[in-house]
Amino acid sequence: MRTVRIARGLGLLLSLGLAGGQVQAQQAGDAARGQQAAATCVACHQADGSGMHVAGGESWPRLAGLPAAYIAKQLHDFKAGRRQNASMMPFASMLDDQQIADVAAYFSQLPMTDAQGGEAADEALLRRGEQLATRGDWDAYIVSCKSCHGPGNQGAGSTFPGIANQHAGYIEAQLRAWQKGTRANDPQNLMGAIAQRMSDRDIRAVSAWLANQSVASD
Amino acid sequence: MTPHKTTLGRTALAVAGATLAAGVSMAAWAEYETLVEMGYPAPQEGELVHVPPTMADLEQADIHPELKQVIHRGYELFTDTQQLRGKNVFNDMNCSSCHLGEGRQPFSAPVWPAAVTLPDFRGKNQHVNNLEERIAGCFAYSMNGTPPAYGSDDMLALSAYHQWLATGAPMYPDQPIYGRGFPAPERPESLSYARGEALYAEQCAICHSDDGAGLYQDGEYVFPALWGDGSNNWGAGIVRTHTAAGFIKNNMPLGQPLSLSDQQAWDLAYYMTRQERPQDPRFTGDVDEVLERFGATFHKNSSYGEVREHDGHRLADHANWGEKGDVVPWNVGVPRFEDLKD
Repeated sequence: MRTVRIARGLGLLLSLGLAGGQVQAQQAGDAARGQQAAATCVACHQADGSGMHVAGGESWPRLAGLPAAYIAKQLHDFKAGRRQNASMMPFASMLDDQQIADVAAYFSQLPMTDAQGGEAADEALLRRGEQLATRGDWDAYIVSCKSCHGPGNQGAGSTFPGIANQHAGYIEAQLRAWQKGTRANDPQNLMGAIAQRMSDRDIRAVSAWLANQSVASD
Repeated sequence: MTPHKTTLGRTALAVAGATLAAGVSMAAWAEYETLVEMGYPAPQEGELVHVPPTMADLEQADIHPELKQVIHRGYELFTDTQQLRGKNVFNDMNCSSCHLGEGRQPFSAPVWPAAVTLPDFRGKNQHVNNLEERIAGCFAYSMNGTPPAYGSDDMLALSAYHQWLATGAPMYPDQPIYGRGFPAPERPESLSYARGEALYAEQCAICHSDDGAGLYQDGEYVFPALWGDGSNNWGAGIVRTHTAAGFIKNNMPLGQPLSLSDQQAWDLAYYMTRQERPQDPRFTGDVDEVLERFGATFHKNSSYGEVREHDGHRLADHANWGEKGDVVPWNVGVPRFEDLKD
């Protein structure tokens, strides 16, 4: 039996990850160098990488504790236009490949911070969110989030990032983007296919519930 | 137990399950509309359509609280069978690894039919099996383990879960069951290991890893092992190419059922089932003897004992039992009703 553990917080040496095709070869990143290169990132993503839930606006995701390879892929995708975001593209374009690796390493090893946006959700909405996140709704062919995002929705390898303890506004925005097709950089349309089956209420439910999941750092 | 009605319409109460016979309209079981929209076949007139209750229904059900707990325990064992690792389970699998949607999902071998079609004669072991013996088979083969004892708490909990899912379905239905098993698409003229291999790298490896070992994360097997010591052994139903093709076509990639062509599903099944895994518990030391004894009832449909073209490796020609070591599943090879066979 092969047992593979992913040390999520250690971004110093980026591996190929367990995924077969999609994670591109990564350069080794240096967190100390990354802290320097991240000077422009912190304005939105904050110095502790916590990001911010912005009600009714564009939320900035928590980056602290996300897999380094995942962060790097998103930056490469923003730069190349494979992921569309007007705010992120100019910032991603300022970084070269080494800086991307460094910045990813830096944020990935920052301690986890708490998310916002799920406080006002009522009991019924949270129950639906928990259902979708942990068991899914197979009658609507919505596979549970944890099927891919791992135990506690804290991530599985570097292909499937942790989504627990992420800002509700950010999760909502991504799910809607997948639904509309304005985000499509997920490997094999794995996320798009699921998002398309979610109702508006489902999206709000799962976002609120995940934001409420406090996750301790490694 | 709350009595159940079998009608053409749904009642307004918290119905634990809905079962309908011939001549149904779509509105009668709205749960399966989505499946049909996704491309699954619509239920045909004369088919038994059953929508198993959910764990949410269990919470509301008017049944004895201890029964609820026992059914819930069965559900937990079904979805986290790993808790029996080292005792009954000796690989990386859970029942729900293949019986998707908590064992409720049509076209993903939902488990409730076993509760209403058994006891019955089973070709695999050539005698009449009841539900517990059927479940025991899953432990011996799919879990590369040894089953909990008949009548034990764990076995009772698992059967209770199966029966709960069958709530309202008729016993010994004389109709074909909608969504039963892993129905295989028509077998194409030729299957290609090389095509299967290439497609695997492109479509499957992202979750199941390049070496088919799946993904282990934070104490759980997020994606199951498809071959190797972590997977089912050579006696499991899914080693049969048509069963694997049926599973893959109707369920994979996860969340994207029916997205692969019939040819692709069969090529992937061919590739996957021609990888090594722990030995069949019925092995006595000789691959040809296993083929002789169990070819007609089982291995004629698998690649057991075949020689792989690209490397000359003869499949299953080994005595690797995986993590199980010399643990022998007590239910394998045990005959029944020998006096009837005179």
